[in-house]
Amino acid sequence: MNPNRDLQGTFHPASAPDYLPLPQLRQLQLQRLRFIVERAYERVPLYRGRMDERKVAPSDIRSLGDIVRLPFTTKTDLRDTYPFGLFASPLKEIVRFHASSGTTGKPIVVAYTEEDVRDWTQAMMRSFLACGLHSGDVIQNAYGYGLFTGGLGAHYGAEALGAGVIPISGGNTERQIMILKDFGVTAICCTPSYFIHLIERARELGVDLQALPLRAGVFGAEPWTEEMRQRIEAETNLKAYDIYGLSEIIGPGVAMECLHQSGPHIFEDLFYPEVIDPQTGEPVADGVEGELVLTTLCKRAMPMIRYRTRDISALHEAVCGCGRTLRRIKRISRRTDDMMIIRGINVFPSQIEAALLAVEGTLPHYQILVDRVKGLDELEVQVEVTAEFFGDTVGALEQLRQRLSHAVERVIGLRARVRLVEPHTLQRSEGKAKRVVDKRKL
Amino acid sequence: MKLKQLSVFLENRPGALSGACRGLAEAGINLITLCLADTQQFGILRLMVRDWSKAKEILQARGAVVKVTEVLAVEVPDRPGGLADLLEVFERAGINVDYMYAFTVKQENLGLLVFRFDDPDRAVAALQAAGVNVVDEVELFRRFEL
Repeated sequence: MNPNRDLQGTFHPASAPDYLPLPQLRQLQLQRLRFIVERAYERVPLYRGRMDERKVAPSDIRSLGDIVRLPFTTKTDLRDTYPFGLFASPLKEIVRFHASSGTTGKPIVVAYTEEDVRDWTQAMMRSFLACGLHSGDVIQNAYGYGLFTGGLGAHYGAEALGAGVIPISGGNTERQIMILKDFGVTAICCTPSYFIHLIERARELGVDLQALPLRAGVFGAEPWTEEMRQRIEAETNLKAYDIYGLSEIIGPGVAMECLHQSGPHIFEDLFYPEVIDPQTGEPVADGVEGELVLTTLCKRAMPMIRYRTRDISALHEAVCGCGRTLRRIKRISRRTDDMMIIRGINVFPSQIEAALLAVEGTLPHYQILVDRVKGLDELEVQVEVTAEFFGDTVGALEQLRQRLSHAVERVIGLRARVRLVEPHTLQRSEGKAKRVVDKRKL
Repeated sequence: MKLKQLSVFLENRPGALSGACRGLAEAGINLITLCLADTQQFGILRLMVRDWSKAKEILQARGAVVKVTEVLAVEVPDRPGGLADLLEVFERAGINVDYMYAFTVKQENLGLLVFRFDDPDRAVAALQAAGVNVVDEVELFRRFEL
């Protein structure tokens, strides 16, 4: 018997670190930062070499502010040291490997000791607790199982919570919908774009998602927007919570939204956040957008020192209504990688999404195509026509096309060709949405 | 008096039109008449069938965007000036024609045209006042022996 099993989303002892008074939290962070920097310096040649170059020793880290003296780590470093070059534990202590899909060259490999898996499990369990899930919930885990961290990360956390986990993994949308309906699922974990796909498919199959007990969606693993959240919540009875994480740091469970849905709280006792100007590397002020940089405070097998996530976010220090002292990050809606430079102008897919939404009121399926024709960048936005917006005359459709085109131009400051396409002709993702096709050979 | 017409959004690419037609053919649905409005990028297929709701379901199940619109089938004398006279009726009444196309059948020197108006009810009134025959569903299907 566990006296804590059914606290029904109220304070749970496993979430206690979320509520540490700030002086104690900062003290804990400093102790752990010193531990991890020393471990990285002693055991990983890359970290030692870079710190020596900068003439910084682990003993120079006397306050949290001293973190800026440490060098950054990038994804390239992980590739260059493939497969095990950044490990700080001998292989015999490694109990788990994960790897990225490796769409751009070699995959990156990450590793965990037994304690690391335990920390990760706790972080995921705290994530589920933060959005009001508890034992007795039935969680359909549609994150991919396998080398991707999403599936197993959420699985371990959900089991530790005492919830019933359905390890369905990604894909096979019809089976997802059948199980959602037949098992009385109360929470689902997947990417937000996949859940939108699932909503559409359920409608086609005549399954009323609003009639199901589904009440929480734990959505992450890709950048998404407030508009997507609103659409999901309008078409189902669930609350859509943003979970943040990345394999290089640990996997899902680096940060998670609470019931207030006002940005994911970073589990700061495990992961130390900074936001920097991606160009200069200098820290930005509280609340200002920049690139999120994370340092793992406990990860033994593979410490990450000032890892540049390429995710664009901001840190909010304001106290949240839930009482957690953990700082919140702004939902990641874009990445430094997503940024397209078109005719010298920075364009993010999220800007185009906002423009489309402003015209239609709901978010249509769309895809962005970038090409270079005779030396000039061309931007085309393909938008699926929906029944609500299909006028029966050529004039009405031309008008819709022009309104979309003007809206995009107003937001990004560039002329975009809008092409109306038939429904279901744009690729639907079973995982991360592919919104941009860049055909330029740059 | 008003008849149901289906409008289907089509991309301007090989197979878009044939796909829609094939779907209807497989369900044994015969087209009474159709027309295709096209631009460089996309087209609108407008068609009339007897069982429009079934046709709509079939097209939608194929993933098409379908809109049901109301049109009129208007008789026009098959002689030089027949259409010009008819259009004068609308002109006098200040009624705008969105688009029009034709049925392929002819009866007693009368042609039959499909008209889409922004205000079909006013068009019916104007036509009747001018003594022009507007063919209803029952009569239309009789002429097509459906």
